[in-house]
Amino acid sequence: MNFIISHLLSLLLLLVTTSAAAALDPAVLRDLASDDSDKKIAAIGELLASGDKQAEAVLRAMNDNALFVANDRLFYRVDGKALDAATGAAFPDAPDYADSVVVNNRVRGKLQNALAAFQLFNPDRDARLAAAKELQSNIDSSLIPVLKKALTLEIDPQIKKLLVLAHAQAKLHSPDPKERLVAVRTLSESNSAEVKSLLLSLLQKNGDTYAEPDPTVREAALAAIKSIESHLAWGEALSNVFSGLSLGSILLLAALGLAITYGVMGVINMAHGELLMVGAYTTYVVQNIFRTHFPDLADYYVIAAIPVAFVVAALVGMVLERLVIRHLYGRPLDTLLATWGISLILIQAARVLFGPQNVEVRNPDWMSGSIEVLANVVLPWNRVIIIGFAVGVLALVWLLLSKTRLGLYVRAVTQNRSMASCVGVHTGRIDMLAFGLGSGIAGLGGVALSQISNVGPDMGQGYIVDSFMVVVLGGVGQLAGAVWAALGMGILTKLIEGWTGAVIAKILILVFIILFIQKRPQGLFALKGRAVYGGV
Amino acid sequence: MEVCDVKTTTFSRTPFVFRIAQSLDRRAWIALVVAALVAFVLIPLLHLAIPADSIFHLSDYFITLGGKILCYAIVAVALDLIWGFAGILSLGHGLFFALGGYAFGMYLMRQIGRDGSYQSDLPDFMVFLGWKELPWYWYGSDSFLWSVLLVLVVPTLVAFVFGFFAFRSRINGVYFTIITQALTFAAMLLFFRNETGFGGNNGFTDFKRILGFSITSPETRVVLFALSALALMLTLVFVNYLMKSKFGRVLVAIRDAESRVMFLGYNPLWYKLSVWTLSAMLCAIAGALYVPQVGIINPSEMSAANSIEMAVWVAVGGRGTIIGPVIGAGIVNLAKSWFTMSFPQYWLFFLGTLFIVITLFLPDGLVGLWNRLRRMRGGESA
Repeated sequence: MNFIISHLLSLLLLLVTTSAAAALDPAVLRDLASDDSDKKIAAIGELLASGDKQAEAVLRAMNDNALFVANDRLFYRVDGKALDAATGAAFPDAPDYADSVVVNNRVRGKLQNALAAFQLFNPDRDARLAAAKELQSNIDSSLIPVLKKALTLEIDPQIKKLLVLAHAQAKLHSPDPKERLVAVRTLSESNSAEVKSLLLSLLQKNGDTYAEPDPTVREAALAAIKSIESHLAWGEALSNVFSGLSLGSILLLAALGLAITYGVMGVINMAHGELLMVGAYTTYVVQNIFRTHFPDLADYYVIAAIPVAFVVAALVGMVLERLVIRHLYGRPLDTLLATWGISLILIQAARVLFGPQNVEVRNPDWMSGSIEVLANVVLPWNRVIIIGFAVGVLALVWLLLSKTRLGLYVRAVTQNRSMASCVGVHTGRIDMLAFGLGSGIAGLGGVALSQISNVGPDMGQGYIVDSFMVVVLGGVGQLAGAVWAALGMGILTKLIEGWTGAVIAKILILVFIILFIQKRPQGLFALKGRAVYGGV
Repeated sequence: MEVCDVKTTTFSRTPFVFRIAQSLDRRAWIALVVAALVAFVLIPLLHLAIPADSIFHLSDYFITLGGKILCYAIVAVALDLIWGFAGILSLGHGLFFALGGYAFGMYLMRQIGRDGSYQSDLPDFMVFLGWKELPWYWYGSDSFLWSVLLVLVVPTLVAFVFGFFAFRSRINGVYFTIITQALTFAAMLLFFRNETGFGGNNGFTDFKRILGFSITSPETRVVLFALSALALMLTLVFVNYLMKSKFGRVLVAIRDAESRVMFLGYNPLWYKLSVWTLSAMLCAIAGALYVPQVGIINPSEMSAANSIEMAVWVAVGGRGTIIGPVIGAGIVNLAKSWFTMSFPQYWLFFLGTLFIVITLFLPDGLVGLWNRLRRMRGGESA
């Protein structure tokens, strides 16, 4: 159906254009080349109103500074050929040097609007949508006839809605108060901040008189502003929640591994943030290998980086456990210091190996761009994908911990180390594997981080405190706790940031956590029974 | 029986100063006198009286470095008080150090007067931000005594409030450690903001005078150096006394078996809280002495890395000993100056390895190693 309609439409467009395919009015063209900006603008308006293909070509050339005057006649150059502005036929006696028609900023604005308006008749839906969006800002009454024509031809509901808004904006300054009233009422459907400021300008007082003389229109404008504001507020709340979810998913990826190692061994690994860094740098290396060896698949390097980062970070973690952490068993504060030492060494190693500057990790094409939910709610693809990724990692970890033998052992050691050891669990091996698992998850977090933030030697430093807070809030040894704590902290941070700014938000969150621990020292989801006291 | 009673009563009536003096043995007295001679007579003479071209002359660089290390040593002793004796590791002592520094830095900023680059009564950074008058918390900062009061009170108060909430809910171990780190991190973010009113990123610098004396003159340097040495000596004497008193014994008992101490009828809250607050106050004093000697204070003093480095000074020297932290602060900072001048690339590798080696192989630090070596030699000769 759509297919037939769009064909009909292009047929119709063809008719419109061919019917006007006669030569352009030479008087209008002369105005286009005049020194007076007002005349130029009027000429642009007339050319636009004609809807002629030739007129579009002339305006496009003018925008590219390729419209010239020679002996009172206009010609333009496309692909090195000189063409007559009036007819589009070849222009044989074009001089090599001719003055191009001057376009100042004011004229250029009109010109670009006009070119966008021409795109409204493009058979390609995306081109029309883009044109309609561009016309949402800085529109004026000269476009009214074109918009009217486009409205009658348009069949796509989304574009139609945008055109109605644009049309209303153009009519806002019409001399007829009734038309203005209709325009204002139409605009209340909008949800853009620009329309709001446009309406606000109607209410501005200029001495004793308002910019808008008619009181009913002013009233309608006030109502429209209120309605737009409520749309905007919804959008803002929605994007806050989304960025909170996004932050929460990052926190979750950073904290999940820490929750496991802290739960099993009761030690805080201060080098955990650096394991994120290891994951991110692994992604960087994988990206470079793909660029040089498999340039065709370069867009899929991220997928290859996921297992590689997991393995690399897990290996680093297991080596650390074997060499250092194992020997500090039962001395959590010393472990803290030793792992901090490890983190210093890892940071400096990254500096020496990759240089102190941030390295470039490019989003693959399928992760860039964004989806628009509302006019002011734009969700970047990479963040959406990372939320999905975090959910996937969480599901795998949950499966691993609750359905496999390794998971059973890990939970057993978390709850009661000596009892687990008594019934034959090889706690030393479980420690190493659990540490490897936690570090591997940090590596995965590093892959995710590399897609949304800078990859540099210091990138992991900021995460250790945040992820520990998640572990504290969630309670030790509880996946569900970590999930709720991460999401809660993410959303809460973003909501507070909305009205206090990032720094105060951070401080408030910290105060909140300290107060929270007063009430519930064992976190949101405390393990039942004695296990809690046997742990740390 | 009666004699014993009389003895204890006379002991408790002995003036405080005598009781402190009694807590030192002969070796400690000799060490103190020697240190005092070096710090108050020898070093000032070598710096001021010996001409600059002589090999015995001590340069400005040495005096500043020495003064800096003395301040760090006070911090290390303060940290040892809470970590070594009470078993509570704080990674937030950089905050108290910096708060002391900032409190005194406010006075030094006001002493610049109209000699700043904008020739205004306000500190340069406020002029730069377009502020017309001092924020309320800057009032009184032109008075030396008020600033000293701020140095003593503000960080102590912060520590008291934070410690009260933390210890009351029995937050300890790694929990406490990480929360102190978060505390200093949050404070650093706060001080980085220009609107906070402490110079943002750049902090305070370009000091000119202190009590009317030029801050860069050799005499001022020597006096500041001697004051730092005095502060360190007083700290050591006081900590030594405190740890030999009943208070210190209870503290160590809390470190080793908190629940048992509670069952014996003590409330650990007040012991922990007072030693924590005292430790913060010592840090603040060190910070206030540090700023005029180094000539700058900025928020990076509150970074997590700085605070954790303080812990390694204590660990290297030997936690739970009086003199260990001083040795540790000295050695680590001399090594740092040497590394950052000769091989800046390797300093972090060295520091990281130091963290690991000390915790793995020398949990009692250098003092512990020394004691072990002595015992081994004693065992052979016996």
